[in-house]
Amino acid sequence: MKVLVAVKRVVDYNVKVRVKADGSDVDIANVKMSMNPFDEIAVEEAVRLKEAGKATEIVAVSMGVKQCEETLRTALAMGADRAILVETDAELQPLAVAKLLKEVVAKEQPQLVIVGKQAIDDDSNQTGQMLSALLGWAQGTFASKVDLADASVDVTREVDGGLETVKLKLPAVVTTDLRLNEPRYVKLPNIMAAKKKPLDKTTPADLGVDVTPRLKTLKVAEPAKRSAGVKVASAAELVAKLKNEAKVL
Amino acid sequence: MIYNAPVKDIRFALNALADLPAICALPGNEDCTVELVDAILEEAAKFAEGVLAPTNRAGDAGAKWSPDFSVRSPEGFKEAWQQYVEAGWAGLRAPAEFGGQGLPALVSTAAEEMWCSANLAFSLAPLLTLGAVEAIHHHASEALKAIYLPRMSTGEWTGTMNLTEPQAGSDLAQVRSRAVPAEDGSYRITGQKIFITWGEHDLADNIVHLVLARLPDAPAGVKGISLFIVPKFLVNADGSLGARNDVRCVSLEHKLGIHGSPTAVMSFGDEGGAVGYLVGEPNKGLNYMFTMMNHARLGVGIEGMAVSERAYQKAVEYARERVQSRAVGSPEATGVAIIQHPDIRRMLMTMKAQIEAQRALALYTAAALDRAARHPLPEEKARNQALVNFLIPIVKGWNTEQANEITSMAVQVHGGMGYVEETGVAQYYRDARITAIYEGTTGIQALDLIGRKTASENGVTARALLAEARATADRLAAAGEASLSANLSGAVVEAERCVAFILESFASNPRLAAAGSVPFLKLMGIVLGGWQMGRAGLAALSQQGQEDADADFLNAKLITARFYGEHLLPQVSGLAAAIVEGAESALALPESAF
Ligand SMILES: Cc1cc2nc3c(=O)[nH]c(=O)nc-3n(C[C@H](O)[C@H](O)[C@H](O)COP(=O)(O)OP(=O)(O)OC[C@H]3O[C@@H](n4cnc5c(N)ncnc54)[C@H](O)[C@@H]3O)c2cc1C
Ligand SMILES: Cc1cc2nc3c(=O)[nH]c(=O)nc-3n(C[C@H](O)[C@H](O)[C@H](O)COP(=O)(O)OP(=O)(O)OC[C@H]3O[C@@H](n4cnc5c(N)ncnc54)[C@H](O)[C@@H]3O)c2cc1C
Repeated sequence: MKVLVAVKRVVDYNVKVRVKADGSDVDIANVKMSMNPFDEIAVEEAVRLKEAGKATEIVAVSMGVKQCEETLRTALAMGADRAILVETDAELQPLAVAKLLKEVVAKEQPQLVIVGKQAIDDDSNQTGQMLSALLGWAQGTFASKVDLADASVDVTREVDGGLETVKLKLPAVVTTDLRLNEPRYVKLPNIMAAKKKPLDKTTPADLGVDVTPRLKTLKVAEPAKRSAGVKVASAAELVAKLKNEAKVL
Repeated sequence: MIYNAPVKDIRFALNALADLPAICALPGNEDCTVELVDAILEEAAKFAEGVLAPTNRAGDAGAKWSPDFSVRSPEGFKEAWQQYVEAGWAGLRAPAEFGGQGLPALVSTAAEEMWCSANLAFSLAPLLTLGAVEAIHHHASEALKAIYLPRMSTGEWTGTMNLTEPQAGSDLAQVRSRAVPAEDGSYRITGQKIFITWGEHDLADNIVHLVLARLPDAPAGVKGISLFIVPKFLVNADGSLGARNDVRCVSLEHKLGIHGSPTAVMSFGDEGGAVGYLVGEPNKGLNYMFTMMNHARLGVGIEGMAVSERAYQKAVEYARERVQSRAVGSPEATGVAIIQHPDIRRMLMTMKAQIEAQRALALYTAAALDRAARHPLPEEKARNQALVNFLIPIVKGWNTEQANEITSMAVQVHGGMGYVEETGVAQYYRDARITAIYEGTTGIQALDLIGRKTASENGVTARALLAEARATADRLAAAGEASLSANLSGAVVEAERCVAFILESFASNPRLAAAGSVPFLKLMGIVLGGWQMGRAGLAALSQQGQEDADADFLNAKLITARFYGEHLLPQVSGLAAAIVEGAESALALPESAF
């Protein structure tokens, strides 16, 4: 069974991002970029499926600037077999990404697509759902456990009330949550080997997808600074404040 | 205790100062590309930060010896070692034909810095294993290589260096351990070795000791020492482990630092003789040690710089948090974070500037090691070998002597909290202390520098390097960096004066040269570090105009280079005065007056 995983290049989770002076966006010039942590979990899951003999081939896909190649090489070093870069300098919004993925899926014909539930830069949490709608495939989002059978997959989902397990008919789309697995440390020989694994490039135009943004960013601003706290003298005073000032009770 | 691998600065030093692309282009390095090295650095950083660094504090509690002669490594070390081996890091520069990756010294040196910063005591196990691999690879028979290298290159087995004996430390000519030929072609080793790092432990299934010992008919002195492989467990013909060899760890030392690394007293042959196998030819043991000494000494230079880096990071973190005293010159009565105080700034800059200079010089030296090994032109090979020979004692001696000062400064930034163990910075200070002692004390490095590396080649390499530094100073002047240029060229003049003095006095009265040898080593470290900072400043200036330039980083580099010029390079004059004019008073008192 072929598994497709999507990986996004994002600002590293350790970086404190700053807003650009003109308020147009966050400033990512010269900051450290890494694979979206949820996508790392997606790759890890695919590799585990392969190690368990359930998947036969893992294809990693990334969409964006040329440097996404580095992110794909990381996926290859983690254990993906080949990679596809849909190269573009354009701003990519979730719908465009889902459309691009749909075209890649049409070419590659995987039985399972695993993507992160969201990317830590824009936190959209949309691509997996949109992709499943565009493909007309079943979706299992926020997965904390994936149990793959021949024609179906059981996905345990993290939902507000606890855990929910859904059985999906294949082909299907799964989006990963944090507790699905702990991604491995990449092995040195695999970093070396990743260099020699195939990495194909294509473009949105080649795939016939119009990626023009549908949403317009009006302004990007720092969150308001937290104001200093106050000490309360008693529990009664706290309750009164919660009721009357914060109005949360 | 967070550690952030300084990948950005390492990458800058690799590419802009050590010419990584040229090293990748050397024959035999075809697999190495700048992009691959980037990926390796990123993953090595993750591993150092996520796996090794968290074990450092527990390591300070020490390894534990038991009366059954076993040693239990500190908590977490065994698991970390296993992960290290599984991830393939043990093989970074081990030969490809034996399961390593055969990457250039330049690349492995960059990664080694991260292991050493993350956990110095732990990092000694892989460094010593690599040293043993190198010695066996270059000098042992094919049969011995086939048995030991595949499992040492992967880290499945570790290696040690058994040189020191109670009466033979700096002076290895005094080695007394004995090796007697046995009928099967092997040897029986008896004797005692002391201070053996990772001499016994539970990280790996087998430990391969490289042991210096004398054959029965060996000539006295350095020309009568041979090198032997003495495995903890004998290896059967099918590669499986056999009988326990007659070598054991009879105790561990209690020491100032690197508690996580067991320092073993080893006893060979208590039951008649440990089985040993001769490496190479008889009586060549010390020569063989010399061929790997450059790598090992560079490695210890890296250790010194790496522990400085860790201490510096801790000091910055503390200085941002600790609020004490109002800002000088400010009407505000409230206290500020101490990082705002000028004296704390001075300390942080002094640490940062030296660390960056040392990293650059060490990586420059590693690149020369690669060129000396692989350059296609014999004259370039020879020139780089001379560079390596000259630079190694400086990198080893200067980085480690300064590690004592830099880690001490990090303690100072912590005030009283630096002196108590709670913050962890005291551990770096204690750990750093050994680096100026083992693998040849600073005194021994300095003697090597003035003798074999300067006097015996009539100062050729010393002067060539100083000429390069002067050329850099000229370029700095042309680039508008007048102050850094003047500081660097002034220091070069002083250094040349000292080279002339060393050459003259070494010939006429070597005691005078020797009295100034350590100051001379430090002086060369400061000047050549300044040369690297000058090159770094020039690189920063030229990159500043480029598209995608990292303006903050380049600006910091330039300011750090200027600081180095104004605070470190002027020290050269004081050292030069002591070297050239101070030898007589250093030696004038009779021994009885002490
Ligand atoms: C923690 C630790 C780990 C070690 N690990 C190993 C190991 O794994 N394997 C191993 O074989 N050894 C190891 N050693 C030993 C180490 O290499 C020696 O301690 C070192 O070489 C110094 O030798 P020494 O202790 O006998 O000091 P000495 O040689 O007695 O030196 C004492 C002082 O005299 C100075 N001195 C000596 N000769 C001269 C001279 N000719 N001119 C000027 N000054 C001189 C030295 O610089 C030093 O300051 C280790 C030591 C320690 C403490
Ligand atoms: C073993 C030990 C014994 C001690 N014994 C006693 C005792 O018996 N009685 C007692 O009362 N105290 C005692 N102390 C406390 C000791 O005097 C203080 O630790 C010391 O004065 C430093 O203060 P601090 O630790 O708060 O460091 P801090 O004041 O926080 O200093 C941290 C760093 O900031 C620097 N710094 C702070 N302010 C400025 C400034 N304005 N400008 C420039 N740099 C600045 C300092 O130089 C230092 O490098 C002891 C401490 C220790 C560790």
